[in-house]
Amino acid sequence: MAVISESLAEGEYEELVQTKPWLEVTVGLTRQYPLGAFGGVIVVVMIFMAVFADVLTPYDPEENAFEFMLTAPNLEYWMGTDQFGRDILTRLIYGSRTALFVGFSCAFIGAIVGLVLGVASAYFGGRFDLIFQRVMDVFMAFPLIITAMAIVSIFGTGTQNVIIAITIPFIPRCARVVRSSALAIREIPYVDAARALGYTHTRIILRHMTPNVMAPFLIMISAFVGQAILLEASLSYLGLGVQEPTPAWGLMLQGGAEEYAESAPWVAIWPGVAISLAVFGFNLFGDALRDALDPKLRSL
Amino acid sequence: MRNVYSKLALSLALGAGFALGAVGTAGPAHAIKKGGILNFVVGSKIPSYDLHRETTFGVIHPIRPFYSLLIRINPDNPSSPTDFICDLCEGAVPKGTDGGKTFTFKIRKGVLFHNGEKLTAADIVATYKKIIFPPEGVPSARKAFFKMVDSVTAPDDFTVVFKLKFPSGSFIPAVATPFNIVVSKQDLDKHGYNWHKKNINGTGAFSFVQHQPGSFVEGKRYDRYHHAGKPYLDGFKAIAAPKMAIRLQAIRGDRAAIEFRGFPPKARDDLVKALGDKITVQESDWNCALFYTPNQGRKPFNDVRVKKALSLAVDRWGGAKYLSRIAIVKTVGGVVFPKHPLAATKAELLKLTGYATDMKANRAQAKKLLAEAGASGLKIDFSNRGVDQPYKVVGTWLVGQWKKIGLEVKQRVQPSGPFYATLRKSKDFDISIDFNCQSVINPIADVTKFLGSAGNNYGSYEDQTLEDIYDKLLRAAKESDQRVLMREFETRALSDQVHMGITLWWYKINPHRSYVKGWKIAPSHYLNQSLDQIWLDK
Repeated sequence: MAVISESLAEGEYEELVQTKPWLEVTVGLTRQYPLGAFGGVIVVVMIFMAVFADVLTPYDPEENAFEFMLTAPNLEYWMGTDQFGRDILTRLIYGSRTALFVGFSCAFIGAIVGLVLGVASAYFGGRFDLIFQRVMDVFMAFPLIITAMAIVSIFGTGTQNVIIAITIPFIPRCARVVRSSALAIREIPYVDAARALGYTHTRIILRHMTPNVMAPFLIMISAFVGQAILLEASLSYLGLGVQEPTPAWGLMLQGGAEEYAESAPWVAIWPGVAISLAVFGFNLFGDALRDALDPKLRSL
Repeated sequence: MRNVYSKLALSLALGAGFALGAVGTAGPAHAIKKGGILNFVVGSKIPSYDLHRETTFGVIHPIRPFYSLLIRINPDNPSSPTDFICDLCEGAVPKGTDGGKTFTFKIRKGVLFHNGEKLTAADIVATYKKIIFPPEGVPSARKAFFKMVDSVTAPDDFTVVFKLKFPSGSFIPAVATPFNIVVSKQDLDKHGYNWHKKNINGTGAFSFVQHQPGSFVEGKRYDRYHHAGKPYLDGFKAIAAPKMAIRLQAIRGDRAAIEFRGFPPKARDDLVKALGDKITVQESDWNCALFYTPNQGRKPFNDVRVKKALSLAVDRWGGAKYLSRIAIVKTVGGVVFPKHPLAATKAELLKLTGYATDMKANRAQAKKLLAEAGASGLKIDFSNRGVDQPYKVVGTWLVGQWKKIGLEVKQRVQPSGPFYATLRKSKDFDISIDFNCQSVINPIADVTKFLGSAGNNYGSYEDQTLEDIYDKLLRAAKESDQRVLMREFETRALSDQVHMGITLWWYKINPHRSYVKGWKIAPSHYLNQSLDQIWLDK
């Protein structure tokens, strides 16, 4: 049986907590989670496209160029052009901005609000928890897309309203998962100790409980990003999301799939591939993150 | 590649051949087969059943078959702007007496409403009073068509007399407008003027069975229909399908036989290619123009410099060339249906603001005007209708055109119901897509859309000069005088004040299952929709 010495020399301590070079860590994680790494690459490429869209393509994503309408993929237009003569690759690259902006905004806002509400619900318990959870039940009774559509029909279309529409149904989903973890943490003595020291509820929730539910929280965020991208694309496809001429993958799919599926299939295929890859990437990345942060789930 | 083009050309030739064949053989000489249900698709929702207040095909197509008109366009010759026949009246369509100021209609006897009530002249009078002299707060979209009407009376149970203030050639075409469905006086007296928004009781070829909102409207043959032997169909089902792809696939899969509005050229080509002789194509110029309407109730859209800049930015001639390949629009025109004698020639059009072909100069002038008006880089809330063809396509094109003069346009697309609510009630828009889709080609009536006082004008402006020009136009007897006044009207509306901007006129393409017989394309998707002529060759 190993015995840990009661005190460590300063040098020994530094040696123990010394971090490995990032490249070594990355290679190690890639070997351990190859699918997750693949997902991570997709996510990184998307972020890269979104950030450097202006320099990655010479074309304007919104400018009509009818003389080049419905041009098949060629050396000049790698993925062809749409019915307005706009370069599809350019619109895909700029569309990643819309997807990521909506995806991350919805995921972060929804997850953070859900985190705070979930931990608070677990911490206070009693009647507050009971009523709050029933409210969450009402929201969760509706499928995500139905809730989002209902909200868009009230507030109207547009990027801002799409973010609101997708964020609201995320909140109860995150709150419910976080609450279950927080319920266990609430019973741990250090929370009682914090109470005994007279700390405020806010301090206990935010500084002592919340950091200990970060694992499920991060996993939820990664899952939410993919879901939000898919929901945004779905709403745009249904004509309820962002509107032309804003480049958005669902909108591109709508314009192309309906009228040009036979005569110009590239108009619909590329946005479809982009949506699939993005969601696939975030899901793989999220799964790997879950495995890494919560090793107990690896065998499940 | 040449092979592909050859096949496409062959398919189109076949389609056109079959179309001509169908037109040539659809007459009564062929043995008409009775029975069957006609399934057709409709690409818009139903804001209300009241055709007197509505302007959309979304209501005409499913609801018109339940009603009759006083007179209607000849279903065997629907392209003619002058060939009218009696529907609820008897004999020939009356000619004006008293110097063209009195029109006396003899009403058919024995016509019954679907609820069993007898139709009399009082019903016709009540109908036209609702259309021409609606009570305060009751909308009537075509009220302005009847500016020449002084009174409508019924001297007896089967005579209706229209007295005009002055003779007008636009009166009879106005009466034949298919939105002028005849309703029961008793229904109006008993239930009020809003009852017909949600209820149906007509004398049409079909009686109402059910409406599942968002899904379908169903009608069945009305056995006591006043045209003997008709209708030929047992019934119809108008299936709601807002997405064009669904409508197209419905025809392709034979879940629907026809769509009466029109498909873009690509859809026609795909259908002909896939179905060959099972598809018949009918095509026609279309008495429909797509506009944008600035909301002059809002600043700076009441500034003529801003309105001129908006028009100058739009490349109509370039749009005609390319948009006609992807949308149901084709022709550059002014306020009058382009092939009509009263329409502007190309030389006349080129003089109007925004119609010159030098787009570089146009846009430079537009930017200058915007700067003068202090509206450079103006942010615009552009309201559009959530119907694919041609609204969303042309709307997206317009956004691109305005962007070229530095405007920042945000397009807000809404389904038909909320779109109309925005356009008509809340008027919560800077610029809205708008349209002037008329039925019978009747330019003097059709241009009333440009009058600020018209029930279907949503620009929130008053222009007495334009009203005065129209008044003279309405009273002009000679075509040459009408033409001169029409140019004056057009210049005022589109060039000097730029109350609205016309983008392009539409082009109607109706590919349908070849077994649908008896229906002939008209220059409007509102015309020839009683369905009593249609039969199925199955």
